[in-house]
Amino acid sequence: MMLGAYLAYSLIGRFGAGPLGYWGGVLLAALAVGALGVLLERTLLRRLYGAPELLQLIATFGVVLLIKDAALAVWGAEDLLGPRAPGLGGAIAIFGQPVPQYDLLLIVLAPIVLAAMWVALSRTRWGLLVRAATEDREMTAALGVNPSWLFSGVFFVGALLAGLAGALQLPREPANLNMDLTIIADVFVVTVVGGLGSIRGAFVAALIIGIVRALCIGIGDVALFGSVVSFAKLTLVAEFVVMAVVLVARPWGLYGQPPGPSAIAEQRDLQVPPGRRFAIAAALLMAALAAAPLLVDEYALVLGADMLIFALFAVSLHFIMGPGGMASFGHAAYFGLGAYAAALATRSMPMELALIVAPLAAGIGALVFGWFCVRLSGVYLAMLTLAFAQITWATVYQWDALTGGSNGLVGVWPAVWLSSRVAYYWLTLAIAGGAIALLWRVVFAPFGYALRAVRDSPQRAAAIGIDVRAVRWAGFVLAGLAAGLAGSLYAFSKGSISPDSLSIPRSIDALVMVLLGGLQTLFGPVVGAALLAWLQDTLARHTEYWRAMLGAAILVLVLLFPQGIVGALGAAARALRQRGIGKRAAAA
Amino acid sequence: MLEVRELQAGYGAATILFDVSFDVGNGEAVALLGRNGAGKSTTLKAIAGWLKPRRGDIRLDGRRIDGAPSYRIARAGLGFVPEGRRIFTGLTVAQNLEVGRREPHAGVPWTPQRLFSLFPALAELRDRRGGQISGGEQQMLAIARTLMGNPTLLLLDEPGEGLAPLVIAQLTEALRALKQAGVAILLAEQSLVLAAAIADRACVLESGQLRYAGPYGEFARDAQARAEWLGLD
Amino acid sequence: MTQPLLAIRGIAKAFGGVQALAGVSFDVGAGERVAVIGPNGAGKTTLFNVLDGQLAPDRGSAVLAGRALIGLSSQAIARLGVGRTFQVTATFASMTVRENVQVALLAQRGQTYALLSPLRARLADEAQSLLKQVGIDSLSERAAATLAYGDLKRLELAVALAGTPRLLLMDEPTAGLAPPERARLMRQVSDLARLAGSAVLFTEHDMDVVFAHADRIVVLNRGRVIAIGAPSAVRANPEVRNVYLGSGRDPEARDA
Repeated sequence: MMLGAYLAYSLIGRFGAGPLGYWGGVLLAALAVGALGVLLERTLLRRLYGAPELLQLIATFGVVLLIKDAALAVWGAEDLLGPRAPGLGGAIAIFGQPVPQYDLLLIVLAPIVLAAMWVALSRTRWGLLVRAATEDREMTAALGVNPSWLFSGVFFVGALLAGLAGALQLPREPANLNMDLTIIADVFVVTVVGGLGSIRGAFVAALIIGIVRALCIGIGDVALFGSVVSFAKLTLVAEFVVMAVVLVARPWGLYGQPPGPSAIAEQRDLQVPPGRRFAIAAALLMAALAAAPLLVDEYALVLGADMLIFALFAVSLHFIMGPGGMASFGHAAYFGLGAYAAALATRSMPMELALIVAPLAAGIGALVFGWFCVRLSGVYLAMLTLAFAQITWATVYQWDALTGGSNGLVGVWPAVWLSSRVAYYWLTLAIAGGAIALLWRVVFAPFGYALRAVRDSPQRAAAIGIDVRAVRWAGFVLAGLAAGLAGSLYAFSKGSISPDSLSIPRSIDALVMVLLGGLQTLFGPVVGAALLAWLQDTLARHTEYWRAMLGAAILVLVLLFPQGIVGALGAAARALRQRGIGKRAAAA
Repeated sequence: MLEVRELQAGYGAATILFDVSFDVGNGEAVALLGRNGAGKSTTLKAIAGWLKPRRGDIRLDGRRIDGAPSYRIARAGLGFVPEGRRIFTGLTVAQNLEVGRREPHAGVPWTPQRLFSLFPALAELRDRRGGQISGGEQQMLAIARTLMGNPTLLLLDEPGEGLAPLVIAQLTEALRALKQAGVAILLAEQSLVLAAAIADRACVLESGQLRYAGPYGEFARDAQARAEWLGLD
Repeated sequence: MTQPLLAIRGIAKAFGGVQALAGVSFDVGAGERVAVIGPNGAGKTTLFNVLDGQLAPDRGSAVLAGRALIGLSSQAIARLGVGRTFQVTATFASMTVRENVQVALLAQRGQTYALLSPLRARLADEAQSLLKQVGIDSLSERAAATLAYGDLKRLELAVALAGTPRLLLMDEPTAGLAPPERARLMRQVSDLARLAGSAVLFTEHDMDVVFAHADRIVVLNRGRVIAIGAPSAVRANPEVRNVYLGSGRDPEARDA
């Protein structure tokens, strides 16, 4: 979509702003984006069809980063406002209000495109095949349909429409580099609120969200209980509030169907408790990290502390995603809650105490949000966690009096005896290392097994007397506590805290760390966290286009190691060992 | 029409099939028998292209199909009805049939009307969703859907599994009629309920190897062979 | 029967317009083995899902030894002593065979929330002896996901027995097994149930298994009980032959 806007800008610029040049430019831009979508699908995404859905999401994120920097390189960082559509520059008065002609055109065009899509999907053979193939790709192929071209077609249409939307938006809103994440979030929200796979649902959802936003703007500032609440500012979160309400009331969206029992059982690897060797290796690693301040400079120590904090953050997410089987797209909420709670608490209590209290605040957040979230599953659960994270973010962003709004809070410093870089590094190492070890212990304690039992087969777990929701809820809260601890360590390490610490990119970071390292491994999230923190730091220092480099690095890793780095290493080690046994057997 | 030669296949590190060879002639019905885990499903999946064979070659009407993607194999005239039916649960019965439709290479094509007379139970269910009909009806729909592609050879994996005796009787009738219409059938089954009704020949697998191949009547009379390979008495 | 272990009265459940259960009533005595048979879609699995708390019925009651089951959650029903096996085997694939049983034992004893002590040694001996009872103790270190189908069914049985159930609900216990293995597994179920004093309520399509292992048979059709009684009486019932067994076909002569 972002590309659509930029391409339209360039093409219209080249063809001139006459009617032919303008509309030709818009259409060509849309077609070009469609073609690019197919190219991406056929070269990249199709390699990932066998991979878990989450990995596909991460790959898409990598692509977004790449495209963003490509746009930066070609079009520069400035916002570009497109020319007005020829002949539609005026406005028409409706009910005494001037309404731009161009807006009217869009109002007419949108339902037409939508109706066309609906007809294509529900009334044509192509649409029928697409629906069949989304439900069961293997079976559709067995009936003689080539699913690969079918999916390319879907990608073409999807990318084309996105490009068209971007190009049409150009005269109203300038093309800019932040179009990507906001739009992606919007699209996800609309799909999930409507119910996956329901076009009617998506339309109704878009309508509801649009109306709620307009209402928020319309109401403006309202005096409520003596203080002024600005509804206009609420537009930022309106869609997430709508999503939270809808998902709590209807767990599968407005028109979604509860997912039937999946025909293909998920492949689960056996997970055995780590042995003595793992414990020794972990202890050695801890010792080496403890000795690090003797060997490296201060800058490396700061980076090291970051890595440790993110390792704890990633391990806490892995705890609910791996053993718990609940993907969270909003894990930053608990990180941020911990960070803000720490910053606020240190004003009234010593830093040491604040470090204990702050995670509790995050835990309470997880207690409240988790109560709703554990009722859902799969993508819906993930999106509800995202909704809660966004609501938290918006609250923090707008509650100037308490949180300092967009500026955040400053002067969050550790106690004097911990204020040196080395001392704080050691503190971080002890706390993060200890918390990670505790979480790992829980994984192989009865509670961890109960959590996995609920993930592997909720039906069976209930039939042996496990309270499925309570176990998931408890797991959610534990993960929230740990993430909050990571957040409060982060706040004291930086000395300040801003709303960024609970924004979407932070949640995505955590997801990338877990999936890069390997979801099915214990050690994966630690490696993933260290790697991502290091990559972000190094790339940001050495190149202007660090986002593209990061995106490319993520894509390469995802393509090379679909089970994550540690997962792949583990598989290689097993293969080696087996060969060793084979050789010995042959020799005997 | 189908020739399988020295087929070897498996999953991951495990090899399931070892040098399996057999034929299915024009219009013939062959029963592929064996215990649970003997390799029946793996054989069908390897033929239909759901699983890449490790070795060996498979020919349909003389043309090699091993290693080809499953949609190509389906277009070449081979219809596969896998275990578990795999109905599109979100689509109606009529839409399930439409997904399977392909123009025939020759002869009179199957139409929903013809299929409804073959499976009368489906006719009233035309507009019901695939997820809302019973297991027996789903099995009939799965076969009917594959027939919409006008296959010359039909692969059936345990079509009778989990069905009530009366439904099995209806299925038997339908398969007899199919055979009469000239469709060749390769039927994988653990018991001999459907095989007894339609099979011309029997192939018996045990631990991934072909142990017996011969006329079905002979096999049915050979109590010792049945006891040894199928554990039936 | 003075006081039945399980008394089912007038259970009804509709999905959309389809009446899956239309007022089903029957009893199960303590230690009794009762088979529920009927055509596909007769309502057997729906009945089981109602009895173990996964589905709320529209009407009706089910009372287990004086306690009403309707309205309780699955886990509460499990703790009252109802064990269950599923039509499609549901085991914990990421655990070993023994761990599967250990988790079931822990849940029965309310030790699910132990956070820090490792699972490894807890109740391992008890789990092992349960596995021995069903005959798969030699496989206890294997990943549950790698078991052959028959052994998976045995593992399910061991997991269900971990709660020392008064009532075992078994949905198609022998589906997917070869005929001789079916007979062996059902013999095992019968023996173990007798040993533990558990009643067994099971659905089954294999009439050989039903007639050999049921004390009584309940026949469902379109959500209603159309016959109930001893195997010989049910086999002779003309309505049963008509809707289920198939007229003129003797179920015992299938393999000839």
